[in-house]
Order: sequence, then C-alpha cells, then structure tokens
Amino acid sequence: MSGKTLYDKIWDAHVAHEADDGTCLLYIDRHLVHEVTSPQAFEGLRMAGRKVHAPDKTIAVPDHNVPTTLDREKGIENEESRIQVEALDRNARESGIHYYPVNDVRQGIVHIVGPEQGWTLPGMTVVCGDSHTATHGAFGALAHGIGTSEVEHVLATQTLIQQKSKNMKVEITGKLNPGVTAKDITLAVIGKTGTAGGTGYVIEYCGEAIRSLSMEGRMTVCNMAIEGGARAGLIAPDEITFDYVKGRPHAPKGAQWEAALAWWKTLYSDDDAHWDKVITIAAEEIEPVVTWGTSPEDVLPISAKVPAPEDFTGGKVEAARRALDYMGLEPGTPLSQIKVDAVFIGSCTNGRIEDLREVAKILKGKKVADGVRVMIVPGSGLVREQAEAEGLAEIFREAGADWRLAGCSMCLAMNPDQLAPEERCASTSNRNFEGRQGYKGRTHLVSPAMAAAAAVTGHLTDVREMI
Amino acid sequence: MEKFEKLTGIAAPMPLVNIDTDMIIPKVFLKTIKRSGLGVNLFDEMRYDREGNEIPDFVLNKPQYREAEILVAGDNFGCGSSREHAPWALKDFGIKAVISTSFADIFFNNCFKNGILPIVLPQEQVDLLMSDSEKGANARMTVDLENQVITTSDGIEIAFNVDPFRKHCLLNGLDDIGLTFEKKAAIDSFEQKAAQERPWV
Repeated sequence: MSGKTLYDKIWDAHVAHEADDGTCLLYIDRHLVHEVTSPQAFEGLRMAGRKVHAPDKTIAVPDHNVPTTLDREKGIENEESRIQVEALDRNARESGIHYYPVNDVRQGIVHIVGPEQGWTLPGMTVVCGDSHTATHGAFGALAHGIGTSEVEHVLATQTLIQQKSKNMKVEITGKLNPGVTAKDITLAVIGKTGTAGGTGYVIEYCGEAIRSLSMEGRMTVCNMAIEGGARAGLIAPDEITFDYVKGRPHAPKGAQWEAALAWWKTLYSDDDAHWDKVITIAAEEIEPVVTWGTSPEDVLPISAKVPAPEDFTGGKVEAARRALDYMGLEPGTPLSQIKVDAVFIGSCTNGRIEDLREVAKILKGKKVADGVRVMIVPGSGLVREQAEAEGLAEIFREAGADWRLAGCSMCLAMNPDQLAPEERCASTSNRNFEGRQGYKGRTHLVSPAMAAAAAVTGHLTDVREMI
Repeated sequence: MEKFEKLTGIAAPMPLVNIDTDMIIPKVFLKTIKRSGLGVNLFDEMRYDREGNEIPDFVLNKPQYREAEILVAGDNFGCGSSREHAPWALKDFGIKAVISTSFADIFFNNCFKNGILPIVLPQEQVDLLMSDSEKGANARMTVDLENQVITTSDGIEIAFNVDPFRKHCLLNGLDDIGLTFEKKAAIDSFEQKAAQERPWV
C-alpha cells in the first residue's frame, strides 16, 4: 500500500460518515462567513426552524460591500449594500457566532482576518462561501469555497457532503530570481496548466521555492489555486507556519499548543504517496508575469508581446479574439509599452503586510506617474495599523497614492471602488474577467512589486529594472 | 428542491470557452438577500447595453432561443467565484440543464443544489449537440436523467454519466440538509472523538 498525501491525511481525519458509494460527510472545523453569500443561507435556516450547529467554529466579517474611504463610520451609501451588511450584523448577533463588525479594527477581508486571528490552523478543514477560501491552504489546512446552499448545510450540520478529489503535486524547484514573487509563481502555474488544469484535483505546492516563501507568500500561491480550477491548494506546514501561528489570539496555548504541534508535524505527504498528476517548474525560469487577456490563464512574462488569436488552437482562438477586443490591445505590442490609467494594490491575494512592504520598497522617494490613480487597500484594519507603524503608509501618501481602509474593494468592485469603462488597471487581485473591476474595465494581473513599478512609470514595467 | 426527471426543450449554443460566473451574473446583482428574481439579469453585460437595451446578437435575445431550457457551452463553464447567484439566475431564466466538456468545481456542485443538471461529455459529443442546438427552436433535444441519455432532434442518443447520489437527489428533489440530519448520530460521535483527539480546534 502506498503512503498518504497531505490531502489524504486531512481528509481521513475529518470523515464523519462514509456511504457505500463513497459519498462522505466531511466535518468542518472552521466556517468563515461574509455578507454576500450568507443572507439566503441564514434565511433558509430560519424558514426550516434550524439553528447554527457550532457557533464557536463560525466566524463572520463583512468585507465585499464595505466602503474603504476614510469616512467609513458615516455608513454605507448604497442601500442594497447596507441592507446586506445589516443582515450579517443581525444574523451574527442572533446566532451567536464570532463577529468582527465594520468598524472593529480587526475587520478586513475574511481570508486575511482568519489567519491573522489564528482561526486558521494546520490540519483543519476550512470553508467559506467564497472561492478564495483556497488561501487558507497555505497553513496545510484543507480549505475551499462553497455555494450558499452549502453554507446553509454547514451552518446546520457542521459538515459537507463531499466526494474526494484527486491528488496533484506542483513542485517549484530551485530559487526565485530577484523581482520574482509568490504572485508570479501562482500565475506562472496557471499559465502552464490553464484555468481548468486543476479541475477535479487538490493541489499540493512543494519544492524549494515554496518552502522558502513566507506565510504571506504561501497564502498568495494557494489563494489562486481556484483560478487553476483546483478544489483547493495546500502547502505542508513547517517551522515558518508554526512561527506565524504561535501567539495569535485563537491559536492553541500551553499544553494544547504542544499537542497540536505534535500532530501538525505529521502533516506532510509520505515519500511513497500516490500522485494522479505532477507538474514541475524550475523557479529560475519564472519571470515577473502579467496577464494580457480576460482569463487568469492569459499569462506572459513582462518581456513578451501581446499574442495574436492565431497563436492559439480550438475554442481559445475565438476567446483570445474577444479578449483582445475587450482589452483594446493589438497583437505584437510589447507588454511593457501598455499604458495604465489605474493601479490597484490589495485583495485577499496581495493585501497583507509583506505585499505592502514590497510596494513601499518601489515607491519610496518616488511619485506616482501623472494621470495614474493608485489605490492601496490593506487586507485588514490590523494590516493598516502595522503599515502605519512601519512608516509604509507615509511612503504611499508621499508618492501620491490613495491609502484606504480595509475591504475587498476594487478586486470585485461591489462597493464604489470601480474602474470606469475602458480604464486600464495594473492590479494585484486575482481575476481579470470581463467587467470584474468595473463595467468594461481592463485588468492586468500583476504582483505588488510590478503594480508599484507601473504606478511610477505609468505603463506595465519590468520591476527588475527598478531594483 | 424541484425534481429533475426528463426534460424536452430548446437548447441554446454558447461555444465561448471559460464562461465565468462574473459573466453569468455580474456582481452588481449579488447585493440581493433573496434567491429569486435574477433571471432578468442572467448574462447581463453580454445581454444588454449600458442603457439596458437588448443586444440582438446575444444568443438568448434571439427569438428562437428566448425560451431555451438547455445550454450547450464551451469548456470550463462556470469558472470563477462561488456565487450561487449563477445557478439561481440560470434557473430563474428557465435553464434546467447545461452541457459542456468541463465545469468549474464549485459551480458544478451549486447546480445540483438547485435542480439544474450539469452534464460533462467528450468534445466530439459536445460539438454534435452544439450543431444540433444551432438549428434553433424547432430542434428540441431531450435530457432523460433516469436513463442517463440525451436524444438530439435527429434522434441520435448520447449516454452520459452522473454521480449516483446526486442523481438520486435530483430525481427525487431531495433536500441535502434533511438527508444529513438522518446521519446526526455519526456527526455527534465524530465530534466527541475529535474533541478528545484535537481539543484545540
């Protein structure tokens, strides 16, 4: 018998019931909740006379709709957004779950708040009605997004009906070159496998380049596992993980810490584990990348040129034609000549302190290019405080960037932080879909360092020229 | 949940690959706290111009496809966010089955929770159904879940696979939560065991 993967081990530790056909009830250790995908689930519970099964394992925070302007305490102007946040306030209060309301300093993007507060721990099962729940896989937790019906199911039963996925290993060997970051790794992987390459799999990221990443970088990598189609992304926990977790408000303490640590140290894939698919990429071959189209798989090194539809095959030819038209790009244009109107730095992909430090390194002593608006949105109120304390915020303000309060903001533009039609943006977020950042808005996905470089020059720029 | 047994209806072709959930239902419509009423905004940015006028070229605006109940779509349909508003909008419009070579995982799950049947088929069979759907309103196809077979307007039969548990739930319109409550004893005993083994959780 072959050994187990990390995914196998976490899965096995959480099966509460297995039916004859292999359908399992998977027990959920942490259920994260936000205002957009939960109101119908709470309503469903009420209609059926059901209660939240495990309020202590359920954590809610409003993030998608919240204003990120400094006058936030004045309230939410848009009525529908306000109603949604008020519904979460009420549902959280009535059900007794843990809650970080809009004006709590700990409020922020749910996938940043969870790890920051120590709710996310190695070996856990974590779900949320949000596809970027994959982020928590960085801790060696099995974490994935669910729909609202499943949110209701977890609220009612603390379990999910699941079929096991297959195992995929993505190994990044060697060391990253200067100017190349976790964001470039995760985009490069999607560029190689495509947005459906991970469908049916849970990915474990491994290799020297992954092991060398901080927890912030690992979260960036796992965050976009969903963009590669995978159910979840995982990274085996190690000393870097344990150091990050230790001392967080909801991390175990004392004897429980020791017991937890002993179990966490068993959470790795055995040498003889079976993999259904293996992808290997040499870190040295990864360059700073940028997306040119309207799918996260439309990835190229910054040194490349805009492709032509004829460079593709099958259904992708028409998709590329549509994408180039939408993006207003001519084939053959060097990517580094594409001018931007806006820069967005933030999101659950790149809204953590380390991301802001990368940005500050590039912006320090420089000014944002004329005519470019730069929005920097911390992932949580605590990230904002830390950036203020470290002097990063001062660098942002002096450069002419707009330094804001925490939330999802222009990553999905549900609040007023939006692109205008045909406005072009270098963005540290996760999706370049049509209309994602605003109606007819044009998104180029990049790393925080690359976003900062574009902010200074006014066009997509190879950050390696600035370091 | 509404049952899905056998459906005979108009199929609309959407050959574009990677149709994402932002296309199916743009985020401005996620601010609702209800499940109903999203059909009018299905594919909103592809279906209407900024002034709210219908774009005549869009498939579901064409007279022959306005009553479509089946979509035949390009690869990786439903990729992107977890928003269940996507199947809610499809369902509210009247779409009850979607056929493609592949679906994004969360969207695929969400369909089954809402009485929509997503069917995965090899490329050549999707191509055949795409051609059939391009014939328009007179070419109705039949999706028979019980027997797991699609019949084209020309009478060609195509078999498909479906997970037995999900098939059972769709055929009988079963509520997942009710089914899980039947296993409450297993959940309770798991919780007790886990509380001893991993008390820090």
